[in-house]
Amino acid sequence: MGRIVGIDLGTTNSLVAYVDRGVPRVIPDDDGRALLPSIVAFTAAGVLVGEAGRRQLTRNPARTIYSVKRLMGRGHDDVRDELAHVPYEVVPAAEVVRIRVDEQEVTPPEVSAHLLRALKQRAEAFFGEPVEGAVITVPAYFNDSQRQATKDAGRIAGLDVRRIVNEPTAAALAYGLERLAQGVIAVYDLGGGTFDISILRVKDGIFEVLATNGNTRLGGDDFDRALADWLREDIRARHGVDLAGDVEAGQELRLGAEAAKCRLSSDERTALTIPFECFTYHREITRGDLEALIDPLVESTLGPCRMALADAGLTAEQVDQVVLVGGSTRVPMVRRRVQELFGRTPHSQLNPDEVVALGAAVQAQILAGGITDMLLLDVTPLSLGIETLGGVVSVLIARNTTIPTMAKEHFTTGVDGQTVIDLHVVQGERELVRDNRSLARFELRGIDPMPAGMPKIEVTFLIDANGILQVEARELRTGKAASIRVTPTYGISEADVARMVEASFEHAEADVSARLLIEAQTEADTVMNHVERSLRQAGVLAGAEERGRIRAALAALEEARRGEDKDLIRERTTELNRVTKPLADVMMEAALKDALASRRADGILESS
Amino acid sequence: MDNYFTVFGLPRKLALDEGELQRRFYDLSRRCHPDFHQGGTAAEQAAALGASARVNRAYRALREPLSRVEYLIALEDGSDASEGARDTPVAPPELLAEMMDVQEALEEARAAGLDANGRAALDAQRQRLCARYNAEYEAIVSRMADWDAAEEGAATRRALLAWFGQRLATRAYLSTVIGDLREALGEDDDRHGAHRRH
Repeated sequence: MGRIVGIDLGTTNSLVAYVDRGVPRVIPDDDGRALLPSIVAFTAAGVLVGEAGRRQLTRNPARTIYSVKRLMGRGHDDVRDELAHVPYEVVPAAEVVRIRVDEQEVTPPEVSAHLLRALKQRAEAFFGEPVEGAVITVPAYFNDSQRQATKDAGRIAGLDVRRIVNEPTAAALAYGLERLAQGVIAVYDLGGGTFDISILRVKDGIFEVLATNGNTRLGGDDFDRALADWLREDIRARHGVDLAGDVEAGQELRLGAEAAKCRLSSDERTALTIPFECFTYHREITRGDLEALIDPLVESTLGPCRMALADAGLTAEQVDQVVLVGGSTRVPMVRRRVQELFGRTPHSQLNPDEVVALGAAVQAQILAGGITDMLLLDVTPLSLGIETLGGVVSVLIARNTTIPTMAKEHFTTGVDGQTVIDLHVVQGERELVRDNRSLARFELRGIDPMPAGMPKIEVTFLIDANGILQVEARELRTGKAASIRVTPTYGISEADVARMVEASFEHAEADVSARLLIEAQTEADTVMNHVERSLRQAGVLAGAEERGRIRAALAALEEARRGEDKDLIRERTTELNRVTKPLADVMMEAALKDALASRRADGILESS
Repeated sequence: MDNYFTVFGLPRKLALDEGELQRRFYDLSRRCHPDFHQGGTAAEQAAALGASARVNRAYRALREPLSRVEYLIALEDGSDASEGARDTPVAPPELLAEMMDVQEALEEARAAGLDANGRAALDAQRQRLCARYNAEYEAIVSRMADWDAAEEGAATRRALLAWFGQRLATRAYLSTVIGDLREALGEDDDRHGAHRRH
């Protein structure tokens, strides 16, 4: 099995990390740099990523994509106001945002995939062996579409995305591994483009998230923008030059503002000089100037903090530690406001730029079985509901519910002979559908024609450990699974993702099919081994008939495994998995009973 | 029949040691969380996912007194299984009557805005209702042991459950009115957090 790495796919910078003999470490590039600027430039010489891409920002602004994370999983209408600020062109009227680069159109997951591929290659060069899987972090407040888009990006980059993990909780894992976190922890994470607050209880190696909140469109980028707008106004007043609409000058201003902001974290005042074609702009900026501009932005992070505390059922005094994550927490005003809110000095012992990637590496190590005493129990940040009559939302899964979680709901038909039922799933906290985020429409198909109200369809809404929704439906009378057609509102279709994955393979077709065959064979071997072991260990838990079915499926797979038909191998692997599911369930039940047996049942009655 | 109490190996009682419940939740999570089954087959991973989702749902239902009462009512009614959205609770009629003046004040505020007097009046109402809201919680918690002590199938139990249901409905209604008052007072900043209507 190849290695699994942890990746922080950031708005401004991205990183890759791994665990080296129990210690998480960031993997640097050849020049020793840990951070990969999240910039992808499409040039005549090919795609330039990172530092090389950054150099294209002012030279080639229309083809140089930065802060693409802000566009992930979004529709064109969502980002309308955002687009006024970026020099690249976004195709109008498309449901999913598409960026036009000369003749071609690219989606945000494809752009992100370039970043992921660069990090994958960096790690492979470092290890001298292939990297197969990755844990990729996302803002805790990312919705389903944004998570799915991130997962798609991983697939397009040729990575098996083992887990999508929330950035603040990843940071908590990194602190936890260093034994720097215990009790109730508030993680305040202000990055380049997103803000999260997560409240966790850390106890006995369990990292239980109690509540999370945030804003996926608020970060250091907005600080830069506020300062750049102010500078533009100053230039107009002092030089009589209006730079609005000048894309290259806009980029110069943005980069100048960003640099000045960073210097003002340590200095009280700084000088900014930008040579333009007709004049040179020079200006002294004080920390006070910057703070006046960003005050409302910093203030707007405090509401979500209070809401997270309320949802966790805690007051600020009950928080034992406040941890700062993300480059924007270097801004003194941010630290000050956080300190005022929680009434204690926040700390950032681990590098706020690196801690999320380190935590992702810890999670990767947990998944690989290398760490067994730590477990992250995260939550879903937004309530999940379905549309009911009158455009009102019926909540199925409340926000801040520990994941994985599921809800079951029964549906029936309203018209005689109806064979299809439509469901509209949304995410958000508002009462009306139109005020929430549309996730997808599900069409339950193939219902036998019956009088209205007769069919009973049970739909299971399951949010997995990635925070991504899975939907299953079955007809209760017949027990047969109903087929579902999913139309994601702001996602790329499965077929399109598959096409992008294929397009991204640089190898010849023969290589690809050889690789797919090996993958199918490896998986078949794993499944067969596990099933044989399960039958030995727990075969008695299954009936004779069930054992017979499993043995038959096993034999069929063994036979296919001797051939070279990868589709047949896959098909029979799936079948073997299907027939062993009841046995797997029974074994899991037995494991849970066993865990309880070690505790005395009578100890739990209220005695205090 | 499996229910959320038996998931944790617990008797069907309202007064339980929440610390012990948490320890059991952690123990079960260590066994069934998908993180620890990544090397398994698709069937094993699906089993872990399902078991973990159930343990998480069960813990959420039992970890706090009121959600526990709510779950117990559904369980005793036999209407538990859905695990989904519940019916909107119906507030007792006498409460609706009692809230007439609050509703009138709210209407006025919506129509004509608030002067200092109106604001003070709404604020006083809000404080009174918040106190009542908290009192409902105390009332429910104070009688949990009575339900535990009563015989299975006893009339006392049924009466208590009905009483619990009324208290919960009252509390839900109060929560809505408090939310409306906050909104009218311009404090709806945290609104779609703290006082979501159910």
